[in-house]
Amino acid sequence: MIATEPVQAKVQKEPALDGLSTERIAYLEGLISRAKTAAAVFSQFSQEDVDRIIKPMVLAGLEKAQHLARLAVEETRIGVMEDKVIKNMVATEFSYNYVKDKRTVGVIREIPERNLIELAEPIGVIFSITPITNPTSTVLFKCIMAIKTRNAVIFSPHPNAWRCCAEAMKIMYDAALKHGAPEGVFACLEEHTLEDNAYLMKHKDVALIDATGGPGAVKAAYSSGKPALGVGPGNTPVYLEKTADLNTSIVDIIISKTFDNGTICASEQTVVIDDEIYDAALKKFADLGSHICNEKETVLLGRTVIDPQTGFMQPMAVGQKATDIARFIGLTVKPGTKLLIAPIQGVGREYPLSVEKLFPVLAVYRARSVDEALKVCVDVNHAGGLGHTAVIFSRNDEIIRKFGEVINAGRIIVNSPGSIGALGAVYNDLVPTFAFGCGTGGGNSTTDNVNIYHYLNIKRLARRTQNHMWFRVPNQIYFNMNAVENVRQFPSRCTLIVTNAALERIGHVDIVRRYITPETHMHVQVIPDAEPEIKVVMQGVEALNFYKVDQIIALGGGSVIDAAKIMKLKYESPNADLEELAAPFLDLRKRVVEYPTEKVNRARLIAIPTTSGTGSEVTPFAVLTDKERGCKVTLADYSLTPDVAVVDPQFVMSMPKGLTADTGIDCLTHALESGVSNYASPYTDSNAMQAIRLVFKYLPIAYENPKDEEARSMMHNAACIAAMAFSNASVGVNHAMAHAFGARFNVAHGRANALMLPHVIAYNAAVPAKFMPSPFQQGFVAHKKYATVADLLGLGGHTVEEKVQKLIAAVEQLLDRLEFPKSIAELGISEEEFRRALPELVKMAFADPSWRSNPRLPLMTELVELFWKAYRGRGVASDPAVSAKQGA
Amino acid sequence: MPITPIVQSIEEANVSSQLHEAEKKMSSTDGELVLDCSTIRRVDASALHAMERFAHVAEDKGVKVVLRGVNVEIYKVLKLTKLSSRFSFTN
Repeated sequence: MIATEPVQAKVQKEPALDGLSTERIAYLEGLISRAKTAAAVFSQFSQEDVDRIIKPMVLAGLEKAQHLARLAVEETRIGVMEDKVIKNMVATEFSYNYVKDKRTVGVIREIPERNLIELAEPIGVIFSITPITNPTSTVLFKCIMAIKTRNAVIFSPHPNAWRCCAEAMKIMYDAALKHGAPEGVFACLEEHTLEDNAYLMKHKDVALIDATGGPGAVKAAYSSGKPALGVGPGNTPVYLEKTADLNTSIVDIIISKTFDNGTICASEQTVVIDDEIYDAALKKFADLGSHICNEKETVLLGRTVIDPQTGFMQPMAVGQKATDIARFIGLTVKPGTKLLIAPIQGVGREYPLSVEKLFPVLAVYRARSVDEALKVCVDVNHAGGLGHTAVIFSRNDEIIRKFGEVINAGRIIVNSPGSIGALGAVYNDLVPTFAFGCGTGGGNSTTDNVNIYHYLNIKRLARRTQNHMWFRVPNQIYFNMNAVENVRQFPSRCTLIVTNAALERIGHVDIVRRYITPETHMHVQVIPDAEPEIKVVMQGVEALNFYKVDQIIALGGGSVIDAAKIMKLKYESPNADLEELAAPFLDLRKRVVEYPTEKVNRARLIAIPTTSGTGSEVTPFAVLTDKERGCKVTLADYSLTPDVAVVDPQFVMSMPKGLTADTGIDCLTHALESGVSNYASPYTDSNAMQAIRLVFKYLPIAYENPKDEEARSMMHNAACIAAMAFSNASVGVNHAMAHAFGARFNVAHGRANALMLPHVIAYNAAVPAKFMPSPFQQGFVAHKKYATVADLLGLGGHTVEEKVQKLIAAVEQLLDRLEFPKSIAELGISEEEFRRALPELVKMAFADPSWRSNPRLPLMTELVELFWKAYRGRGVASDPAVSAKQGA
Repeated sequence: MPITPIVQSIEEANVSSQLHEAEKKMSSTDGELVLDCSTIRRVDASALHAMERFAHVAEDKGVKVVLRGVNVEIYKVLKLTKLSSRFSFTN
């Protein structure tokens, strides 16, 4: 026998198992060992093998339904033979109908749209406790479930029902064996004790406990430390609402409560009846063969069938006929009485009949209002019925839903019998079962009708998915000299030009004004030439509202265009909360806050940049300063993107040299960072690469010869093209560091970028200490993409490493030519001051969202190192340590 | 000098009887015994019992038993029944 040796060892090692003899333990171990082997052998079976076994089992069960029902009644003295026949047939035929086409082996479900496949893994050995109330039907049902799922089961029937259960199991086992099931797949404990159960529940080779029975068995199952499906008692409240069809309702309740003498734990226990129909309902009950107890009879009944000590039903009453119960307590009822109806005035220990009664005694309660009725149903629900079953009869959908909301029950049966309704597949489309999950309210792990899926470990094979990506830019972009003429094609009743004083002074506003149609009312809002403040933005919004503007022209650098974007947002959606909209996010598609889509005003935004760097004319970003709270607010959403961009170089011809260099390097940084971003795509790559090429060719010319129209034009295009790339692929750690450093030391953004750039290229090209998770990238490619840039620029080099070196050298040469400081130290910042600032710089850089798309996940220590490198200065290309680290 | 292993093919239909025969012939001087299981698609309970018995005898005689060509389904069954640790495996 398999695993014999460990068994013997266990017997010797665990003498603490009081009450079990060595022989008994050997017997139990034998059962387990056979079941374990059977389960292992079974795991090799195919779906076809399993389905071939199931059908003859079901047929055998159907054929013996009456025989088993008779045995059950004879042995248990509980219930109605005819009803037990129906139960046995439901347990076999209805269960088969549910499982026959279901896949339970190998791939059981494919979800191609989510790239998911679900596969079934059997559980192994299941230890199953079955109740006295539904003995043979529960065994039949569980046998079918076990075979369908390739599991072995050891049954532990209620001690007063083990013979009929053993017979039910034998019928299933014989049929299964005959059609190929493994030997030992089912076993049934013969006369047994709680110690037997305790031993098996804790056995290492039992994988799952499926306990259907009284609270003791369920509690023991959950206390065993094993995975368990513990399905216990209920206390079903019924709301008979005044709009219900009374004839149908009363018949349904009688059918359900008298079915098998009320032994199904989902059967009705207390019917709460609206005052308006109470008398008619009771008359109907009486007309259909029920006895309505008077006050004295109710007290007597409660005292007799409910144990006054425990408050639970007396076992002797379970599954007995109404007439027998009446006779036992001395009630005079008509012959053939089906049901004893006991009016109660409340729920709780002082109203003994308000608890579960698995016999044909039904409590009724007169409710004066819907509110009262629902509260009494909640009381019943909480008096031992949490998570189990509830019933409502009503034609009022609102009340039905309300009932569903306030009652905690896994099954809420509407306009049909509770017990048979809860079994499923007869009166409704619930899954057929003989085990009702009661959720946490009932101390269970599920509220489901227990079924084959609870007998399986479901594995999910999740293939890598490629989330959809995007490339979003303004609808219209006009470029080249005099592109501003295109403004005239946009009709407007009232236009506000947002600009700054210097641009107005040098005549840029007048140029734009020429192309605005004469019938348009035009106003100018001059704002400071600095990162916009909330106060400035709100002044602009006031102007937009005052003039009822339908078009905004933002003429200026990034600050002006950003201000105009936020003005438009607040004008169109006044309730937009800027602070909330600036909440951090990791993935645009999944972020918590949503930008407003409902608009009270509408205005077109035309952006005309007067610098060649930020690319704000095409980006979905806007930054403003909240001076009151001393922080920056960064907004990012494609709804912020201007509707029209006019990239006209005539507005940048007079840019000072320093600004030309700063904004030009900002543009280069945008292109390089979006090029190696984890969000890079072929769409953004094409823009990034072209922008890099243009910067290397034209930035030095524009810097050294500001009047060169072609260079100015191409740099203006480069800034816009690079912005299209980073609008869709984002930037990286260079920007995160530059933001922190620029803010702390008041250094222009482009200049701050320049100080970091060679060091960041070397850093990103080296094998990461920590890779950045990204479903968009196949492997680590940053170094190869830098090499591609080097090729594009014709820098030479044979290997990837050499090409990266050449690129770094080219960047450094460009920075030298543009006369950028070589280091942070050159800015006059002392080492001591920088050292003091460093912790805050690192903290700010790490908090900056820019690096989230960086190909390397920057560790804090790496940020410290990078900042120090920037402090000490350029010369990265000649650093031998860099070339040694590069390349994966 | 290394001992040349004895190789024996096992058929799915006769696992128990073939192992029983091999058991009888097994000698403590065998050193290593290779059972070629490459044609076995599935094992039943009797085959598992026979394998367990065979492992036991081999352990007593100090013979190493190597199962060759066991498919992954059977390998999993041996894992589930805790038998896998009593054999060596080779492809």
